[in-house]
Amino acid sequence: MKLTCDEATALCDKNQYNETTLWEKVKLNIHLFLCRKCGLYSKQNHIVTKCVKIHKDSKLIKNDSLSEEEKEHIKEELKIKINQ
Amino acid sequence: MPLTNKHKLNPTKWVILHADYLFNYTISRVSNHDIAKDLVQDTFFAALKAKDNFQGKASERTWLISILKRKIIDYYRKINSAKGKAEVKMSFYTDGDREGEWIEECVPTNWNNEVEKRIENDELGIALEECIEDLPEKYAMVFRMKTIQQFETEEICKELEITSSNLWVIIHRARTQLRKCMEESWFKN
Repeated sequence: MKLTCDEATALCDKNQYNETTLWEKVKLNIHLFLCRKCGLYSKQNHIVTKCVKIHKDSKLIKNDSLSEEEKEHIKEELKIKINQ
Repeated sequence: MPLTNKHKLNPTKWVILHADYLFNYTISRVSNHDIAKDLVQDTFFAALKAKDNFQGKASERTWLISILKRKIIDYYRKINSAKGKAEVKMSFYTDGDREGEWIEECVPTNWNNEVEKRIENDELGIALEECIEDLPEKYAMVFRMKTIQQFETEEICKELEITSSNLWVIIHRARTQLRKCMEESWFKN
């Protein structure tokens, strides 16, 4: 019944994906109510999840794509192989 | 099936038509630009070699993605075997009387009250990305697959040949480190 902080934070992570069972949720919430540190972890963990959701595409769009030179290079390499 | 309904391959157009799409697919699964680029290039080469096996049932892009998926998994396996397959132990204290308690350096501190307001800030997105990149490669990959791509647990386990309990240990490790990293780089009072 009683969870250690390790178990509680692990369940809290699982909970971020809605993959905890009802019983696990009950145990987790009791622990979070009683343990300030895990309560804080849980709150911040939720903020991390939110951040990921909001920013998941930012890097892709902004600066990480293939440059024209890189594409040209792949094209050349591929051309050589096609003609072999 | 009449020939006209079949998809055809056109390797000379692959880069123009599919390189960006394949690269985006890859970069969200491996964190490194050059590795992603190499995987895309390898995919084109492998596809060219295997082009006689293409039956035209799926579209060209779908077929290329299926080859790319294989490449990414192979890459992941390589990391996995290079670094040893030892189970990750998760604990703040692994043994002794205080097993399962918070180590002082892991204890969360209060984040400032502005957190909720600042959450949409673009720089926060960059900080988050940097924190994910600081994770061990394997953690970052599993974390991205689960959190960003939102793959089913079962699917990741099957693809990466890990058990579900191993997956949750990795997620736990990743999140514990991420929270810590975000605290230091962004949310500290």
